[in-house]
Amino acid sequence: MELRSNAPAGPIETSWDKHRFDMKLVNPANRRKFKVLVVGTGLAGGSAAATLGEMGYNVEAFCFQDSPRRAHSIAAQGGINAAKNYRGDGDSIYRLFYDTVKGGDYRSRERNVYRLAQVSVNIIDQCVAQGVPFAREYGGLLDNRSFGGAQVARTFYARGQTGQQLLLGAYQALERQVEAGTVQMFPRTEMLDLIVVDGRARGIVIRDLVTGKVEARMGDAVLLASGGYGNVFYLSTNAMGSNCTAAWRAHRKGALFANPCYVQIHPTCIPVSGEHQSKLTLMSESLRNDGRVWVPKKRDDIGRASKDPGSIAEADRDYYLERKYPSFGNLVPRDIASRNAKDVCDEGRGVGPGGQGVFLDFRDAIQRLGQKTIEERYGNLFEMYERITDEDPYKVPMRIFPAIHYTMGGLWVDYNLMSNIPGLFVLGEANFSDHGANRLGASALMQGLADGYFVAPYTVADYLARNGNSGVDADHAAVKAEVQGVNDRIQKLLNIGGKRSPNSFHKALGRICWDKVGMARNEAGLQEAIAEIQALKAEFWTNLAIPGSADSFNDSLVTAGRVADFFELAELMARDALQRRESCGGHFREESQTPEGEALRDDENFSYVAAWEWKGEGQEAVMHREDLSFEYVKLAQRSYK
Amino acid sequence: MNLTLHIWRQKKATDKGGFATYKLAGVSPDSSFLEMLDQLNEEILAGGKDEPVAFDHDCREGICGACGMVVNGVPHGPQELTTTCQLHMRKFKDGDELWLEPWRAAAFPVVRDLVVDRGAFDRIIQAGGYISVNTAAPRDANEIPVPKTDADLSMDAAQCIGCGACVAACPNASAMLFTAAKVTHLGVLPQGQAERGPRVLAMVAQMEAEGFGGCTNHGECESACPKGIKLEFIARLNRDYLKAAIGGREAAQQRTVRR
Amino acid sequence: MSGKTLALRDTTIGKKAIMAVTGVIMVGFVTAHMIGNLQAYSGREVFNAYAAFLHGLPGPLWAARLVLLGSVIAHAWAAISLVRQNRAARPVRYQVKQTLATTYAAKVMPLGGLILLFFIVYHLLHFTTGHVAPGEFRGWQDAYHNFVTGFQVPAIAGVYVVANIFLGLHLYHGVWSMLQTLGINHPRYNHWRKRAAIGLAVVVAGGNISFPIAVLAGVIK
Repeated sequence: MELRSNAPAGPIETSWDKHRFDMKLVNPANRRKFKVLVVGTGLAGGSAAATLGEMGYNVEAFCFQDSPRRAHSIAAQGGINAAKNYRGDGDSIYRLFYDTVKGGDYRSRERNVYRLAQVSVNIIDQCVAQGVPFAREYGGLLDNRSFGGAQVARTFYARGQTGQQLLLGAYQALERQVEAGTVQMFPRTEMLDLIVVDGRARGIVIRDLVTGKVEARMGDAVLLASGGYGNVFYLSTNAMGSNCTAAWRAHRKGALFANPCYVQIHPTCIPVSGEHQSKLTLMSESLRNDGRVWVPKKRDDIGRASKDPGSIAEADRDYYLERKYPSFGNLVPRDIASRNAKDVCDEGRGVGPGGQGVFLDFRDAIQRLGQKTIEERYGNLFEMYERITDEDPYKVPMRIFPAIHYTMGGLWVDYNLMSNIPGLFVLGEANFSDHGANRLGASALMQGLADGYFVAPYTVADYLARNGNSGVDADHAAVKAEVQGVNDRIQKLLNIGGKRSPNSFHKALGRICWDKVGMARNEAGLQEAIAEIQALKAEFWTNLAIPGSADSFNDSLVTAGRVADFFELAELMARDALQRRESCGGHFREESQTPEGEALRDDENFSYVAAWEWKGEGQEAVMHREDLSFEYVKLAQRSYK
Repeated sequence: MNLTLHIWRQKKATDKGGFATYKLAGVSPDSSFLEMLDQLNEEILAGGKDEPVAFDHDCREGICGACGMVVNGVPHGPQELTTTCQLHMRKFKDGDELWLEPWRAAAFPVVRDLVVDRGAFDRIIQAGGYISVNTAAPRDANEIPVPKTDADLSMDAAQCIGCGACVAACPNASAMLFTAAKVTHLGVLPQGQAERGPRVLAMVAQMEAEGFGGCTNHGECESACPKGIKLEFIARLNRDYLKAAIGGREAAQQRTVRR
Repeated sequence: MSGKTLALRDTTIGKKAIMAVTGVIMVGFVTAHMIGNLQAYSGREVFNAYAAFLHGLPGPLWAARLVLLGSVIAHAWAAISLVRQNRAARPVRYQVKQTLATTYAAKVMPLGGLILLFFIVYHLLHFTTGHVAPGEFRGWQDAYHNFVTGFQVPAIAGVYVVANIFLGLHLYHGVWSMLQTLGINHPRYNHWRKRAAIGLAVVVAGGNISFPIAVLAGVIK
């Protein structure tokens, strides 16, 4: 299979404008004759559904939550990047583009990223017009901060709840279209399959989570904006309901899954406190601006340090980030901070329960700046930390540990955000396109809204104009077969009649992934992981217990369906990690590192997108390559020494 | 920790429902309230007789607004400014007896057990909780300065997570705090001025149509709100509403519907 | 925007605005009424002269009475309608319910309102028409006599004291509610709203309660 990015040629600065001009349009009077299905109502899906509705298309939007306002985009704290250069500190579209490609460790498609940087400025304008209450200066103009080690202040924010405010903006725009009658909203509804007839995406099979009713919804185009797959690790900063089912079902119908091994691990999360743990809580990495990361130098001090960190003398503390990276210190990028935390814990120098934590100490900052300043900067984070751990970070150092946070991999899409299945578009975290092997801070919100507000509405229109109505309705034999297939699978799950809960399988799967497909990966571990995943999956299909029935509100059934898909995704993630024998961004292969233990890229052999094709149950997926070429960005090895 | 839990069980909206009592042993004080319920559900599932307790939850970090139940008569439980998912078991004592009930309001019908249908909130937003601007290239974001105090006030109101605790806490099951938060968020920004009158008229009309009660100024909502949304916003809602209903031209032009 | 809107009297906010506006009228009246009655402390002549002055203006007197009657009716209608709507909004009650912020004054508003309604009727039959006055009723011409002989009966004095305690509670929650309902709100002055409500409630109810007590104590005789 040849993968064509369909990115326009010519100067990168004008390629999107030119492409937009070349695209076909749909006459306003004809738009309502086209039905567009949007799965997921986070930043990407919500903004796309609202915009398509405004344009006059007939939109149906689906979310598993009880309201579109609850999508997990809401939890993003830090901010959203935009190349506004309001600070006059040398930012530009080109610089944001360059930083994003570089931050992604040169594994993203240049032209997609350039477009992202370009429309970033429109996003801020749009959101302000919608009433998003961004932080402002006393002069009434928008405030910016520098985020995640960026050299320019280009991040717009709304306190620590930027994701919430942007999502509410998109949600309100969406509800406005519901009122206008252009969008029909299906909350508490899950997509359980993609309907492909004659090679074109023509609809989806959904299940009403309250009544259990399974039915087909037909459309002329299908947009997946169903988020990432971080919950394959069970413990992550994702919401409990975040899942890969929509994307995975599309993958099984032929959509290629790209770079599944690229997952981002966030260094400043609250460590696991025990077996009961159901999710991990992230704290903004701005904490590393003033906090110092350390563990005891000697293993013998661990017990004492965990009880009373203050009793460890200065000379017995290892400020390992400051020691190893004198110029960046505690502000090294996310992946480096995370991996180093894992390393010291693997050495047996981790603190807290299970030795899975490192200190983030504000003692010196409090002495230098005073408690009041620290409170102003991080008060809400300190409060959140205390609520969860019952420890007061003003008095004892915080304990932090990395956690799965974001997945750069996703369904393969071209420049138009269309997958290899015509009519299936993929937006936001669910696609793979813009972040390469590592996402920069404050770029997830930017990409979700760019896709939904400013890219998909044009490219979907072009597709509809060129391809016309689907013409397949719910009575079509193939569609009925799909609905039957979904019902059969539900019955199959319910009929296993075993002993083990869906949750316990999910936990066990997460453990395997975290240990062997997590922060550091090696050939042997990945092989083991694949074998273990397969064995656990086999047990799942013979020993699963689901109480209740299919025709009611049944959380266990819903979870089981999602876990079943996570098994298959987990295996693919391990296979992808196995074939990529280089380290890049969030993917660290122990076999590929510099003598100092830093990630070592292999541009010669791995400068490509790995796009996997489903070959059927029990068959190994087949990898297709989209080679990456860099016309504008100069490849370089990262160094933070 | 060992607990006795009295939990409202109701299979579907049309069932009557009632309390069931469960004993739960070995709860870690470090677990969250919902993790405690996870533990209970694992036990129920292992028992093989009953079905697990249904409750809404998603982000488990206090921002999505999905979770919420009345714990011993207080929405979201005893810790102030805290959603149920962020409440930890160390706030309780070994041997405690807990009563768990769903939000109770005519406008929030029970879906199952502790899960309620809060679609009424979405419909209030549909009625007018937005600024009518299409996605396009509007003017530059910095063209309209917004005084910092206004932006901050707007943000104070915009922090509402739509969980419904205000309705659950109100003796009248009123949705005034929720509606007031959105009216304030948009009403203090210059971008929201053009529709300020019609917005408040439409949102209030929808709020009334949903069957929520009226505000009698008890202040329970403000105390129960996990995000600290202020009672003062209800005064703003009232003011905006009366101004639009009595003096506004919009009122005269709009279609008046009698219930 | 949905373009839908309800008539003012059909929304809870509108009804409460009606209660607030009629409440303002009645608050004005009870305050003036209490201040006027303070003249009882100046003795029979002054008090009776005040009564005569009021009755010397039959036009304004009847206008005031009609406005007050209308206010009471509108206030009560809105209240009953709101209470019914509020009850209907929670058909299934909580098994366990704790309150976090509310006050006794707020909770007792409907009951207190009902008590005050009955009290007003009784009060009119007592001092205005004399139907239930103990002993000889001398009309407005010797209001002072009616005042003293009425409150000399401890049971009657007790009714007035209790009713005025409810009046105080009603005023406290009512005045602060009125400010809230009419949207009279400003961050700089908000903390004064509750204080002002408490102050007014204490002054009016305290003044009124002082009359029967003063009579029983022999200060007014």
